[in-house]
Amino acid sequence: MSGMLNSTIARKVAMSLSALFLLIFLLQHFIINFTSVISENTFNELSHFMGTNVLVQFLMQPILIFAVVFHFVMGFILEIKNKQARDISYASYKGSANSSWVSRNMIYSGLVILAFLVLHFIDFWFPEINHKYIEFAPEDPTRYYHELVEKFHNPIRVGAYVIAFVLLALHLLHGFQSAFQSIGVSNKFNATLKSIGKFYAIFIPLGFIFIALFHFFNH
Amino acid sequence: MNLTLKIWRQQDANTKGKMVDYPISGVDEDMSFLEMLDVLNEDLISKGEEPVEFDHDCREGICGACSLQINGEPHGPDRGVTTCQLHMRMFNDGDTITIEPFRAKAFPVIKDLIVDRSSFDRIQQAGGFISVNTSGNTIDANAIPVNKHDADDSFAAATCIGCGACVAACKNASAMLFTSAKVSQFALLPQGRVEATDRVLNMVRQMDEEGFGNCSNTGACEIECPKGISLENIARMNREYIAASVKK
Ligand code: HEM
Ligand code: SF4
Ligand code: FES
Repeated sequence: MSGMLNSTIARKVAMSLSALFLLIFLLQHFIINFTSVISENTFNELSHFMGTNVLVQFLMQPILIFAVVFHFVMGFILEIKNKQARDISYASYKGSANSSWVSRNMIYSGLVILAFLVLHFIDFWFPEINHKYIEFAPEDPTRYYHELVEKFHNPIRVGAYVIAFVLLALHLLHGFQSAFQSIGVSNKFNATLKSIGKFYAIFIPLGFIFIALFHFFNH
Repeated sequence: MNLTLKIWRQQDANTKGKMVDYPISGVDEDMSFLEMLDVLNEDLISKGEEPVEFDHDCREGICGACSLQINGEPHGPDRGVTTCQLHMRMFNDGDTITIEPFRAKAFPVIKDLIVDRSSFDRIQQAGGFISVNTSGNTIDANAIPVNKHDADDSFAAATCIGCGACVAACKNASAMLFTSAKVSQFALLPQGRVEATDRVLNMVRQMDEEGFGNCSNTGACEIECPKGISLENIARMNREYIAASVKK
C-alpha cells in the first residue's frame, strides 16, 4: 500500500478518491439532516434505518472513518512534502497574483474542519456508539430527533458549527474541482463541473448552517 | 526612472546568501528588465565591484534561460513573457523591486540569481523523446496522418521552453506543468503512443526523485507560464499515469 502511494500523482489520486467519497457522504448526510426541518417522523425513520442497518453500520461506517482519517493524514503528509520541496523560502512571494486564497490554504480550512469533526464525534458519534454497542441500550426509534434538537440549544456550539461550515465551504470551493483534476477529468463538461462544484461548495454548507440555526431558534 | 533593487547575492552554492540593496538611476522605460540589469552591472564593474550573475541567452523569449523571481512572481508582473521580454514600463519611478533566484530544492542556487535547472534535463532524458530508426530508412513523420486537433494540442504543449517559472510560482515547487507538457506533446501523437506507458511512469519517477512537490491544483503555474501551457496537460498526465500504472 505504501508502495502504491510512493509517487506524487498516486498520492493525489488517493487524496481525490477519499475526498470524492466524502463529498457523496456529505450530500447524503445533508439530505437526512434536512428532513429534521420538515418532518420529525421522516428524520427519525431515516436515522433509525442508518443507525441499525447492518450494511450501513458495519460496511459503510468503517469505510467512512477510514476515508476521513486517510484524507486528513494524507493532507498533512502532502503539506510536509510540499514544504520540503522549497527549502529556502522567497523574501517576496505574491501568491495572490496567480492563485486563489482558498487553493493555497487547504491545510488551514482542513484543520478547522478537523477540529469540528472532533467536536462532532464527541457530540454525536461517541454517545451513539456508547448507546448501541457498549450499553446495549434498547433501541427507541423516536429518540433521534430529540437528541439532535437538544444539541442545538447551546449558542456556543451553534456558533462553532457555523464557523466550521463556512470553512468547509472554502475548502470545497477549491476542493471539488481539484478532486476531478487530480484524477484527470478534463473534457467538454469542465465548465459544467466547475459550476456544480461552486453550487455544492456553497449550498451544502449553507444548508447545514440553516438546519443548525433553524433548531436553535425554534426550540 | 530611479529605482531601488533588492537583489539576492550569493557567492556560490555553499555560501549563505543575502538580499542587498542597489539604487539605480536613469532607467529607460523602453529597456528590457535584463538591459536594466546590464546597466547595473556596468556600474558595478566600473566601481570595481562584482557584477550580479543572472542567466540569459536568446533574449527573445525562446530559450528559457532567463529566470528571476521579480516582486514575488516568476518573470515579473507581466503575463505571457519571459524576463528578457519584460519591459521596464511595467514599473514606476521610485519603485523598489525585489529580485530573487527561482526557489526550489530541485533548483539549487549556483551563484547570485543563477539556479541549476538540470533536474529538468534529467526528467526530459527519462522519457521525453521517441525512439526512431535513423540508420537510413527513417520514416517521414508526415507519413502518419495526425488528427488536426491533436496536432494542435501537441504543438501547444511543445512550446514549453523549460524555463521553470511553473516550479518557481507553485507554492509546492511542483514541476507538474513542465513534465505534463513534455508527456502530452508525445502522448497526443501516434509516434509517441508506442512508448507512452513507460514514458509517463519514468518521467514522473524522475520528477519525484528530483524532489519537486505535489500538485495542489492552484493553477499558479498556468498563469505564470510565459508560453501559456494549459492545466489540461496536467489532467492528461494524471490520466496517462493512472492508465500506465494499471497496465504495468
Ligand atoms: C478532516 C479534516 C480535513 C483536512 C485536514 C483536509 C485537508 C485537505 C488538504 C490539505 C487538501 C489539499 C491537498 C493538496 O494540496 O493536494 C484537501 C483536499 C480536498 N479536500 Fe480536504 N481536508 C479535510 C476534510 C475534508 C472534508 C470533510 C471534505 C469533503 C466533504 C474534504 C474535501 C476535499 C476535497 C474535495 C479536496 C480536493 C482533493 C484534490 O485536490 O484532489 N476535505 N483536504
Ligand atoms: S510549462 Fe511554462 S513555465 Fe513551465 S517550464 Fe514550460 S514554459 Fe516554463
Ligand atoms: S533569455 Fe532566452 S528566454 Fe529569456
